[in-house]
Amino acid sequence: MTKTFAQLGFPGRLIAVEGLDGSGKSTQVYLLKRWLELQGLKVFFSEWNSSALVRSATSKGKKQELLTPTTFSLIHATDFADRYERQLVPLLRAGYIVLCDRYIFTAFARDTVRGCPQEWVRKLYSFAAHPDMTFFFRADLEVSLNRILVGRPELKHFEAGMDLQLSNDREESFRIFQGRILDQYLAMSSEFNFHTVDANQPIEAQQSHVREVVSARIDLSAFVGPLPLESL
Amino acid sequence: MKKPAAPNPRPRVSAVRIAVPTRAQHRFYGHGLPHIDLSQLSGRLIVVEGADGSGRSSQIAALVGWLEGRGHATIQVGLKRSTLVSEELDKAQNGNILSHTTMSLFYATDFADQLENVIIPALRAGFMVLADRYIYTLMARDLVRGADEKWLKNLYSIALVPDAVFYLKVSPEILVQRNFAKSRTLDYWESGMDLGLSRDMFDSFLKYQSLIIEKFNRLRRTYDFEIVDGSRSPSEITSDLRRKIEAVITR
Repeated sequence: MTKTFAQLGFPGRLIAVEGLDGSGKSTQVYLLKRWLELQGLKVFFSEWNSSALVRSATSKGKKQELLTPTTFSLIHATDFADRYERQLVPLLRAGYIVLCDRYIFTAFARDTVRGCPQEWVRKLYSFAAHPDMTFFFRADLEVSLNRILVGRPELKHFEAGMDLQLSNDREESFRIFQGRILDQYLAMSSEFNFHTVDANQPIEAQQSHVREVVSARIDLSAFVGPLPLESL
Repeated sequence: MKKPAAPNPRPRVSAVRIAVPTRAQHRFYGHGLPHIDLSQLSGRLIVVEGADGSGRSSQIAALVGWLEGRGHATIQVGLKRSTLVSEELDKAQNGNILSHTTMSLFYATDFADQLENVIIPALRAGFMVLADRYIYTLMARDLVRGADEKWLKNLYSIALVPDAVFYLKVSPEILVQRNFAKSRTLDYWESGMDLGLSRDMFDSFLKYQSLIIEKFNRLRRTYDFEIVDGSRSPSEITSDLRRKIEAVITR
């Protein structure tokens, strides 16, 4: 059984947010970050798919549609490992609250939908400790689809799950793909202790709920940062 | 009326008999790749493993010529040659900026890309695929750097089981001499300098290559490969390999 960072004795805490594209999770994690920062706490925010070196390969693979389910999975695992080893772990050792917009569960859901064996994907990520808290933003499928589809010129190939050949129509493919990912999230929810947030609510209602849960489960006073250098 | 020309006697040509490979049953080591049908792979996957200086590349070159001469379409693959990530892997290596797990996964991505886009399609088309190193080198390097063996086995459970694997085994002492004879210098990575085994590169090379040999011996318990004595003369090794490959083709 993989442990959380707290169980492994790290002084830091990792909070992950998960959910479909358009579930509003990025807005929520940004507001959470601001709240913690403004209290003078040590906070770091990390995004899925953001390691600079790996990103150049990922974007080439995506643009030229070179990726298969296996290489799609491996290149995202590489990106994650890079951030994990060089950023997340050192910061958690230094006692930071690390906020992750998507964590390993995104890979578990997407790669499995693409046809990679579940066991293979999970073992691939077995080097990573589990978050101390995972918020799952659950919006109705139609709500998240509309948020993404409105005001966007065109869905990208992999984003729409076109590689799965679900439909020749990008929008239709995206709908089916997102539906399957949602099913995967729901299936993982209790196994990984997701804290489900009703993402159909107003932004403020969701945020106050998130802040309540975080302050109830984490002793925030332990994460006060050092005084700024100029005040020493 | 013109007399029809007498038919020319057929020119005498030495008998041209090309061995047609029998259909082979291929399989993956474990989970394998999704959506790939292995029943149609009529080619052969032949792997040559060994350190730099083991004679690996020259043996492969000799084998390619020999196979083509015998009428087999042949293709070469090797590590760090994928369209997808080879460029980025080079950059990462030159800067020595990626951590171990990241590097493992990056190499695995490179491998998977070539497996799906080069190796399997070539085997399907009936080619002889000669692989200049395969998953074993990648695993041995990672094991030396402290990777978890179970994790690696799962990672590479996507790999196709080759029809033959030859490991050119050469002692570190001979390797070091051959590397100097060839380029007068030792490669940073082949000397395992990232491991801090010794600040003396010569010393580090010897230690690192012994560790790699140790890991190859360990991997042999799980993965079937043939150890070939690489300290013999190149022609001796070539004829040894030819004989073994012949058996694989007509098996």
